[in-house]
Amino acid sequence: MMLAALALPLAGVAVLAALASAAVSLAASRWPRVLSWLSFPLLGVCALAALASGIDALWFGGAHQAVLPLGLPWLPWEVSVDPLTGVFLLILGAVLLAVAVYGPGYAREFRNGRDSLAALGVFTALFVLGMLGVLLAADAFLFMVAWELMSLASYFLVAFQHEQAEHRHAAFLYLLMAHVAGLAILLAFGVLAAASGSFSFAAMRAVHPDAFWAAVAFTLALLGFGTKAGLAPLHVWLPEAHPAAPSHISALMSAVMLKVALYGFLRVVFDLLGPPQWGFGVTLVLVGGATAVMGVLFALQQTDLKRLLAYSSIENLGIIFLALGLAQIFQAAGHPALAALALVAALYQALNHALLKGLLFLGAGAVLHGAHERSLDHLGGLLRRMPRTGWFFLIGCLGMAAVPPFNGFVSEWLTFQAALQAWQLHDSLLRILVPLAAAALALTAALGAAVFVRAFGTAFLGRARSRQARHAHEVGRGMLAGQALLVLGIAIAALLPGPVLGLLARAATQLTGAAVTGDGWLWLTPISPRVASYAPLPILAVLLVVGALGVALLRPRRRAAIRRAVPWDCGFAPPTPRMQYSAAGFAQPQRRVFAPLYALHEQVTPGRYELAVGDRAWRQLYLPLGALTDRVADRARRMQAGHVRRYLAWSLITLLVLLWIVS
Amino acid sequence: MNLAALPLLDQAVLVLAAMALFSAFALLAQSRLLSAIHVFAWQGALVAAVAALTGAASGDVNLYISAAITFVLKVLLIPWMLHRLVRRLALERQADPLPYPALTLLAGAAIVVFADWVAAPVAQFEHSATRNVIAISLAIVLLGMLTMVVRRQALAQVLGFMAIENGLFLAAVASTHGMPLVVELGVAFDVLVAMVLFGVFFLQIKDSIDTLDIDRLSQLASSVEQDEDTEPPR
Amino acid sequence: MDRVLTLTAALLQPLLLLAAAPLLVAWIRRVKARLQNRRGAPLLTPYRELRKLLGKEAVVARTASPLFRIAPYVVFAATLLAAAALPVLSTLLPGARVADAIALIGLLGLARIMLTLAGLDAGTAFGGMGASREMLVTTFAEPALLLVVFTLAMTTHTTNLASMAASTLAGDSVLRPSYMFALAALLLVGVAECGRIPVDNPSTHLELTMIHEGMLLEYSGRHLALMEWAAQLKLALFAVLTVDLFLPWGLATRLSPLALLGALAALVLKLAALGALLALGETVLAKMRLFRVPGFLAMAFLLALLGLLAHVILESAL
Repeated sequence: MMLAALALPLAGVAVLAALASAAVSLAASRWPRVLSWLSFPLLGVCALAALASGIDALWFGGAHQAVLPLGLPWLPWEVSVDPLTGVFLLILGAVLLAVAVYGPGYAREFRNGRDSLAALGVFTALFVLGMLGVLLAADAFLFMVAWELMSLASYFLVAFQHEQAEHRHAAFLYLLMAHVAGLAILLAFGVLAAASGSFSFAAMRAVHPDAFWAAVAFTLALLGFGTKAGLAPLHVWLPEAHPAAPSHISALMSAVMLKVALYGFLRVVFDLLGPPQWGFGVTLVLVGGATAVMGVLFALQQTDLKRLLAYSSIENLGIIFLALGLAQIFQAAGHPALAALALVAALYQALNHALLKGLLFLGAGAVLHGAHERSLDHLGGLLRRMPRTGWFFLIGCLGMAAVPPFNGFVSEWLTFQAALQAWQLHDSLLRILVPLAAAALALTAALGAAVFVRAFGTAFLGRARSRQARHAHEVGRGMLAGQALLVLGIAIAALLPGPVLGLLARAATQLTGAAVTGDGWLWLTPISPRVASYAPLPILAVLLVVGALGVALLRPRRRAAIRRAVPWDCGFAPPTPRMQYSAAGFAQPQRRVFAPLYALHEQVTPGRYELAVGDRAWRQLYLPLGALTDRVADRARRMQAGHVRRYLAWSLITLLVLLWIVS
Repeated sequence: MNLAALPLLDQAVLVLAAMALFSAFALLAQSRLLSAIHVFAWQGALVAAVAALTGAASGDVNLYISAAITFVLKVLLIPWMLHRLVRRLALERQADPLPYPALTLLAGAAIVVFADWVAAPVAQFEHSATRNVIAISLAIVLLGMLTMVVRRQALAQVLGFMAIENGLFLAAVASTHGMPLVVELGVAFDVLVAMVLFGVFFLQIKDSIDTLDIDRLSQLASSVEQDEDTEPPR
Repeated sequence: MDRVLTLTAALLQPLLLLAAAPLLVAWIRRVKARLQNRRGAPLLTPYRELRKLLGKEAVVARTASPLFRIAPYVVFAATLLAAAALPVLSTLLPGARVADAIALIGLLGLARIMLTLAGLDAGTAFGGMGASREMLVTTFAEPALLLVVFTLAMTTHTTNLASMAASTLAGDSVLRPSYMFALAALLLVGVAECGRIPVDNPSTHLELTMIHEGMLLEYSGRHLALMEWAAQLKLALFAVLTVDLFLPWGLATRLSPLALLGALAALVLKLAALGALLALGETVLAKMRLFRVPGFLAMAFLLALLGLLAHVILESAL
């Protein structure tokens, strides 16, 4: 019982550690070693505390609350830790721990550069602090303060290498979108606060707005959190901003910050908003499905490794929101057990994505560190130059491709199982829509496999396509250890789905009121053994046994195991690295098939082929929007004639109108 | 509705209706005119078979007559006329591929979902065991219209139009066991006349502007000078 | 005693399929030869080919990484494991509890990913070509296959293949439009996934046409043998999958010798018929251009989708 009460103090330790890390980082501009020896270790302490707090909250359940002596006098800050918070504390802790181990090695690169190490350390710690605050906040005021802290700190991290124009551009776009998102979230809380008369989450949970205002709040929350989570068509900032930041920050942004946005959405829509509605669910399924398909199709066409990973994050968030939509539909239709199943699938996917995308971004950082190159068209053959990073990256790719016995498959399998229960629904439209959503998911999964075969195949296999790739070197021990930590997490999520599901189920139970069981540590049978079951450990065991038997039986006794030779390649001239399939060439068939969805610019001149794959959302949504803003601004400028007396006149009129409204 | 509880004849009706739906998709995706005409003939045969089976299930003689008329008209006569037309217009080898086949087919699938959603309240008032066919027939009608929208070749549009008629007929058979015989005969006659008129028109159009691409027809008003440049037919 | 028997049966079924897979390929080649007025090779030829390859020395490209040598074992093991989830003779199958139909598709996906990575590994043009094309095929084939499984799972309320077959066996014979579409889709997907005409040609090394062979070009010796055997097993797996899902009659529901013998006879008959059908199709059809393959696969996907729609619209309760 003593242990149960530890969740909140542990979270407090995490917050303090993050604060301390921010404070000591100020010294890094004078003593660069502070970053490696103090800032990152303090972040590691923060990560361990968050991890422990999350597991504690999930293990024991229940909510722990406290009121802080901070904030405004009549509006004190409230914090709480419950199982839902626990899931995301777990995610934050796991990824941050790996980043804290990985970071010192990676940041050494910046020591000789012109970029400010102090800024890197301070804003990293403040970024983490902001995310912790969002997770812990139990009132809208603290939530918004922490949210803006998170957004601003990450803006400075995106703009960290600001001498490159594209990074400045990405950072500005990010700031703009983050502000619009923040505004929408603020308004959503406004609607909820208006109904309950208080900013405290506990009060909001008790009083619900009516159906119309609930729909307004839902829309605002979807806009706000959806922008941050990268839902289409609000995703455009994401593939610009995530690659621009340093790689360990990209890992934090992709793996954790997107999940924090997901947490906010879950908190508002599933916890505070009140009774579920099938209309919300259908919206989520449609938006999520479209985002997933769009994200994966664009991921398939990227040649920049980090942009590819960013688009893949969009895809994964799409899948998660799709599963949330299923949960909402099932809950509204009166099947809380199925809703809990879909919710667990979504949370499992969130956990998997955090671990995998964290690993892959750290891997991309290692590639950048070792080969100084992140374009797939200039990489190749890295598995032999950087074997450990390569094998870790392969694990991440296989996890992302959602094949057994890796962890991505578990959450995909759970989502499918939830969708296949659609026959229990009564409405025929929903009964059709849910399997169609599963079909979209299946398409996404197949394309996702292609994305990661292409990424791994061109970067790590084959032969080096550039001098840098030929001279790539393996990264240091710390950076490898950071990746290894995430691989450990992936192994747990992949091979012990029962216990992991048992932990995540606490959060689902908190939100839906129904229980989900994993049925023991070996089997995953969420509904019943007759319906479906999956056991990854025996699968891995059989794979290993058959493989080992094959090696043992087939190895020749008398001569060398293999003979090395020039590649055969149908007996043509000895192949050169330039004869390999390029990354763009690999995805050419899909580019043809899905051509109408891309904004393609192809140009063929003798001996040269140029290709740019653009996002249609830009031309069809953002550019008109930008033009509209310009026009409105133009109109508004007429008011600014530069005459002081005219400004005073405007002020007078405003004052009069306000007084009239108030009276 | 438990499918296993239905009599075998009704099960067969459902299967045939589903195949008719598939033929509507095939019509949508088929780029070669002659193959499309064959698909249309198959669709007619399926619809006729549905009518005959419904007749057998309900013992309604009128339905047999309807089935026979449909068979003669839509499986034999109209496809034959279309065949002849294609040969006279020398269009046998002309392909009219869809610009975005995958998207078109997805739109088709969305139409089926929509049709089911729209038809669900109607179907609830029906007592016939084959009430679900209403959704299918509505989908066939809408898919026929989609065919007319996406196809550039005028003859393919005629096929879409005829498919719409097939869908309506299927709906009539499934929901009310067929229209009154007089109406049935009238519609059949109308379709036939329409077919003849289409044939005459196409020959005329082809004679005067040497194409049946309806996107080109929109340029008629503005392209008088162009026409003078092109060489006269034959 | 009962458990031991069941477990033995579970272990023996995939091995039986593994042993019989080359025979099925030989049978298809034989029927095809007969249809083309040739005599054809003896039925044991594929076994001899495998033995020959296993005895030969393995040559590995200098440019290949260790993954190249691991891949054959993973591909083989994953395909074999997928086969273990299939009820070959009896519906009493513990293996189906470890991996259901979705996991089976996932395992095939694992095999395919390793295969494509191996194709890319040596850094040759043909390997990349094969890998890229294989990914195009799977882009549509895998979702279509999943949709087929979904359609059946919505009817039988399970994704466990053994329960699926058992529930089809226990039910009355019903004409289901959704099954019709699903069967058609599964046949198209099977043809595409197993690299048969008209999608791929298993007996050619023409650069413009090859998919599967392109990825295997660098393999030799025991590695090639494992890859070939896995491909043969995959063909047998799809044949048995088709039979299990749509024509399970004859599968033993008890583990008595008589029932198992009957199941074996039924299986041989069904696979022979399916193989002859495939051979007939390969004789009648020509290999299509690669750029028409997406159309073919979109058709499979559409059929699977129609199966699902037909299930919801026509068959489920209102």
